[in-house]
Amino acid sequence: MNRRISIMRRLRPAVMLAVIMALMPAIGRGDGCLDCHATWEEGAKAPSKLIKFDVHFKAGLGCSDCHGGNPNADDMDVVRKTKGFKGVPKPAEIPQFCASCHSDPVYMVKHNPSLPTDQLEKYKTSVHGMRLFEKGDGKVANCVSCHSVHNIESPLTPTSTVNIQNVPKTCAKCHADTSYMKEYGIPTNQYEEYQKSVHGIALLVNKDNGAPACNSCHGNHGATPPGVTSLGAVCGLCHALVADNFAKSPHKKAFDEAGFPECETCHSNHFVQKPQLNWVGTSDSSLCVRCHAANDGTRGFAVADSIHMALSHLNNAYNRAVGEIDQADQKGMMVTDERFALNDVKQAIIQGANEVHFFDATVVTKTAQDGSAAADKIYNSGQKKISDYYFRRKGLGIATLLITILVIALYFKIRTLEKN
Amino acid sequence: MDNANQDRRGFLNWLIGGGVIAFLGSVLYPVVKYMVPPASGEANVSQVKLPFKLKDLQEDEKHFRIFKFGRTLGIVILTPDNQIRALSAVCTHLDCTVQYRKDLGLIWCACHNGKYDLEGRNISGPPPRPLKQYAVHINKTTGEIIVAEGQG
Amino acid sequence: MIEQKLEPKRVGKGLYTWVDERLKIATLVEYMSHKVVPKHRGSIWYYFGGATLFFFVVQVVTGILLLLYYRPGADSGYESVKFIISEVSFGWLIRAIHSWSANLMILAAFIHMFSVFFTHAYRNPREMTWVSGVLLLGLGLMFGFSGYLLPWNELSFFATRVGTGMAGALPFVGKFLMTVMRGGDDVTGATIGRFFGLHVAILPGLFAVLLSFHLFFIQRQGMSEPLEWEKGAAGPRKYYPFFPNFLMRELLIWLIMLNILAVLAVVFPDGIGVVHWPLGQKADPFAPPPPVIRPEWYFMFAFQALKFMPAHLLSVEGELIGIGVMSLGGLLWMLVPFLARKNMEGQKPILINAFGWVVVIFIITMTIIGYILK
Repeated sequence: MNRRISIMRRLRPAVMLAVIMALMPAIGRGDGCLDCHATWEEGAKAPSKLIKFDVHFKAGLGCSDCHGGNPNADDMDVVRKTKGFKGVPKPAEIPQFCASCHSDPVYMVKHNPSLPTDQLEKYKTSVHGMRLFEKGDGKVANCVSCHSVHNIESPLTPTSTVNIQNVPKTCAKCHADTSYMKEYGIPTNQYEEYQKSVHGIALLVNKDNGAPACNSCHGNHGATPPGVTSLGAVCGLCHALVADNFAKSPHKKAFDEAGFPECETCHSNHFVQKPQLNWVGTSDSSLCVRCHAANDGTRGFAVADSIHMALSHLNNAYNRAVGEIDQADQKGMMVTDERFALNDVKQAIIQGANEVHFFDATVVTKTAQDGSAAADKIYNSGQKKISDYYFRRKGLGIATLLITILVIALYFKIRTLEKN
Repeated sequence: MDNANQDRRGFLNWLIGGGVIAFLGSVLYPVVKYMVPPASGEANVSQVKLPFKLKDLQEDEKHFRIFKFGRTLGIVILTPDNQIRALSAVCTHLDCTVQYRKDLGLIWCACHNGKYDLEGRNISGPPPRPLKQYAVHINKTTGEIIVAEGQG
Repeated sequence: MIEQKLEPKRVGKGLYTWVDERLKIATLVEYMSHKVVPKHRGSIWYYFGGATLFFFVVQVVTGILLLLYYRPGADSGYESVKFIISEVSFGWLIRAIHSWSANLMILAAFIHMFSVFFTHAYRNPREMTWVSGVLLLGLGLMFGFSGYLLPWNELSFFATRVGTGMAGALPFVGKFLMTVMRGGDDVTGATIGRFFGLHVAILPGLFAVLLSFHLFFIQRQGMSEPLEWEKGAAGPRKYYPFFPNFLMRELLIWLIMLNILAVLAVVFPDGIGVVHWPLGQKADPFAPPPPVIRPEWYFMFAFQALKFMPAHLLSVEGELIGIGVMSLGGLLWMLVPFLARKNMEGQKPILINAFGWVVVIFIITMTIIGYILK
């Protein structure tokens, strides 16, 4: 510890020098604009303060590269009169303002060859872009509404407003604001619902960056709600097997004809929850009975009932097996192998849930039977462990009895020996 | 009186003798049982002999099989260029079991459409990390496949 | 010739004659039959040496059995222990007995040592028995330390890292000692190899030699008689014959201890309280260490005492002084028979008893503090 401190002390001048060297280019660069603006502007959020974090600034672009003007002029009046001076763009001008570089493939390839240059084109197709350009609505999101301004960072940077972890909050800034959204007549509870959904929990709570944020389904620059027909494809990006199964099921045609949005019909959109066993079946709480009734001329009601039976059988078998090995575990027996084998049953449960989307009872029943058989095997193994536990106690009891008899006999032997 | 004493001593000696024998039995029983190796042979260390042969894999329609590797699952694949490759079969996203898709030439996780190439690199979908590769040894004469910890 | 019935007694006698003709053991048996054990208030303490021996024999037997399946190494140690306790029939029992017996052996050895100390049985002519006994205890502790690492689980890994790290604090030889013990800069698979060799080859060899001497001395000199007898203060002296009386009593106690061992092993296969050896997770050198790293209970007093040492004492590192003082204490302890000669001439060896009590109280309080303070 002491040694470490002394090393730090010795290194301190070197560390300070390194910090200064790292800051030097940031201080020295940025044309002459910052010379004045940094002294005029107050607060940490001022452009001249934020600019240090900006990806463009770090790449060597100065204020005048976007805003125009002569950075070396001493007087603002001279700056304003410079040819090409753009000043502060109005919201409606911002997309073009950014696009002057970002939509120019020849320019962009010099700085970031892998970055697309179609953002403006996409933006024009988005609800935001259409309102801005067609209706002149300045309230809709433009580039800086999401990407922030002057401290724009790469989406891969965790602090960026468009990093996947921050996207929901960034969208919610407007979309969850009831008074701001009032005139558009769309709901404002998406963020609230999303936060409680399996996707929101996976992304925001479990920090699983593979989970979808708003833009994973809605797109980003071309942000639009997915239509009824494209919904299956959007969800199918991740839930490929389910989407496949659904496409092969009789529901595909029926939903298309009735104009039901495929997945959303049962799973909702922003508020997607972990599916429950009672969703499929014929009880009052099931989703199937919303459309199907006992004698409605389709097989639906009977199929729903069979699927429910098969899955609840699998579920019970799983719970029974877990209960038994938990009990063995509590008794101090080794059940790591049994716990490992439980993975097979869990896999069968997942597969069964996937296969529900065939809406064909025979497929699910087959999977459920295999899974139940695996679960029963684990249950038996757990039961054996428990009986093994009692066998140990019994063995100990017998050995103790034998030893006790021997001890007593020996005791009497010693007594008779010492009497003589 | 003397006789009774004699009897008692005889009984005591008999009891001690019998007790010793029974006692030795109760000690030796677990010891002998212990010395008989269990069916699973030996502790799985860092390599495992697969419970199927090379031929089984080659004849398998799907060109892959899942196997138990210690406390985890592995996948062994017959690649399009007729190589045998073994990797961890546990998807790095949410621990589902992956499979080989002959039609795509990829390792695929059904849960969230995660994709890995045949080197195990995560190339598409939610998986955050590559799959671990194992070393494969094949006994040419018997066709046994041995998978071991370490790069293939 | 008359048919002779094959009675056990006759067979035994025949066998004895056969051996005696060749090895002349009659004199040895004759010698043994005269051996006696003093009978007095403190006779019970005579049993603890035997108890230690009994636990040692259990250790040898269960240790050999464990060797059938145990495989040393960073990628096999943990796996093979797991295999033993989960798949080999009665493997859990053998491991539990080995662990329980190890702890009880150390406990019995401590009791044996302190009883010898406070009855002053180490006095002339038994100085060599005492010294060999102290050395045997040292080897026993090393057995415990080296065996603890072998399952290569989280608990053992970090305890060993801390333990060997302490040796590294010694002046001049510390770094050398630590590197030699660890087989490298850190605790790795190389360390298991060394500890395994130590545990199953080197220590048993040394232990066997020392133990033979220890037992030979006892056989040669007989049991020590109470100090009061020597001073002529007590009344008539009574003795048990060693064979069969004392031996049978000893057998009786061994049986009871074996039963206690079996009950402990079945009811608490992973130990209980501060004597606890669950297999848990495999050692991961890169994982953060568990919040509480404790040595085994018989090292606790030394561990705690070192923690109490100030960082610096007169510009010397406190831990170093602690180690120095305790090593000196250990050395004095071993040389007690030679240092106490004068003191023994008085009516009561007050000074030596006081030293003993200071040591006992020090060990007990430090151990208790070690478990109470987190």
